[in-house]
Amino acid sequence: MSKNNYIRTNGRAADELRKVSIKAGIIKNADGSAIIEFGKNKIIAAVFGPKEVHPKHMMRNDQAIIKCRYHMMPFSTDTRKNPSLSRREIEISKVIREAIQPAIIMEDYPRTAIEVYIEILQSDGGSRCAAINAASVALADAGINMRDLITACAAGKADGKIILDVDDVEDKTGEADMPLSILPNLGTITLFQLDGCLSEEEFKQALEMATNGCKKLYELQRNALMNKYFNNNKNKGV
Amino acid sequence: MPAVKKIRIIDSMRRTDIENSLKQSKRLDGRAILDYREISIETNVLQKTSGSASVKIGDSEVLAGIKVELGRPFPDTPDKGIIICNAELLPICSAFIEPGPPSEDAIELSRVSDRGIRESGMIDLPQLVIREGEDVFAVFIDIAVINEDGNLFDACSYAIAAALHGATMPTFKIENDKVVILEKVKPLPILSLPISTTFVKIGDKILLDPNAEEQTMCEARLTLVTDDKGNFVSAQKGKAGGFSFKEFNEMIEISKKKGEEIRKKIIKNDK
Repeated sequence: MSKNNYIRTNGRAADELRKVSIKAGIIKNADGSAIIEFGKNKIIAAVFGPKEVHPKHMMRNDQAIIKCRYHMMPFSTDTRKNPSLSRREIEISKVIREAIQPAIIMEDYPRTAIEVYIEILQSDGGSRCAAINAASVALADAGINMRDLITACAAGKADGKIILDVDDVEDKTGEADMPLSILPNLGTITLFQLDGCLSEEEFKQALEMATNGCKKLYELQRNALMNKYFNNNKNKGV
Repeated sequence: MPAVKKIRIIDSMRRTDIENSLKQSKRLDGRAILDYREISIETNVLQKTSGSASVKIGDSEVLAGIKVELGRPFPDTPDKGIIICNAELLPICSAFIEPGPPSEDAIELSRVSDRGIRESGMIDLPQLVIREGEDVFAVFIDIAVINEDGNLFDACSYAIAAALHGATMPTFKIENDKVVILEKVKPLPILSLPISTTFVKIGDKILLDPNAEEQTMCEARLTLVTDDKGNFVSAQKGKAGGFSFKEFNEMIEISKKKGEEIRKKIIKNDK
């Protein structure tokens, strides 16, 4: 194992993503939906709307509102999780909502609500990023007017090395986890969190690495949508 | 409980005033865009705590109290003491806060404050162990927001930092296989001093230390926490807008510089 070709405990290179597959349009009753498998993460995102706002007082006359719920199924974790929303889930619901909102052209849907439901079926670290990727595809699948897709990917530090796409084990044993979501074509950061200790240099390195990861995910998201709407992977029609 | 949740609204004339003023890089309260309001820190304000601090940033006022008590370690970290951190938006702090289960904002505030201390390794947790896997000291950090005028993330960060720096913990002995807490206390083992800085973006301007109005109308918010070695230990972006990479790099630089200034202030206060 040389220094340049650092291999992680899970066999990945420092800047290697886990295996990702995204499929759009998997729930018939939803206006838009997607399932993402991101390593061992298995997450469904479904979008309903634009629809009537309930409760009424939350309605905005000049734009849509977004409701977002990130929820983990009781069987998604090693030990059973209480099905009610934890504080962690409430916080993540909030940051995901704020991560996807800059992409949506809210003024196009005054007096309506756009509902984004995210269900974690199986979790494996980095679930908020995986969830954003799925939600983004589901929103596009629902035909919501958007400025850009939203792509998300984490970088972090484990074993003293800056790594891309921190998994569960690396998150627990590692030194830092830094989820990032961007609008790749606009170059806007819409979600940013940091847990753990990074020097300024490491911070910048991790930010760059996560940005590159996001760009790779953008291609995967695009392919998922192509697959549904153009029936194959070839870029015809766009 | 009233059915309608009260929210703070900035009317469009006020908003225009704020925006026009920002075009000249000035704020309505006379500050430059990267100025903090006056910060005052007072420690040991509560008698029944192991450490406490009252922090004011302009009209924002928070109170932090530390309690160190006997507890049991988490099963996955038998060799470490525990930290429980909770911040509460009291109904006295603003006309827009009501009693009841914590709101999303309160939960975010609480969790971001918690991360700042936990991830920086501020408290030397192995030192809190009495008997590995059985008894440890638990550090309870509770923050009460007394008056809200924006930038509670920073106010809570400074209150925690100041309170923990003067905090004590009990000494103990083991008698007949039981832990006996003695009256004598010793200083809580503190390793670093994480300091948070909060930015908001209004138009194309990045402001430090937003007041309530600025925080309500801003497009995006970023809190960066640095420790005394210049490391970044925690961060949180908020609000439904985004930052460009250029703005991000600017904020990283400013955060380190401002963090250092405020750190000096807290240390000076400690002595």
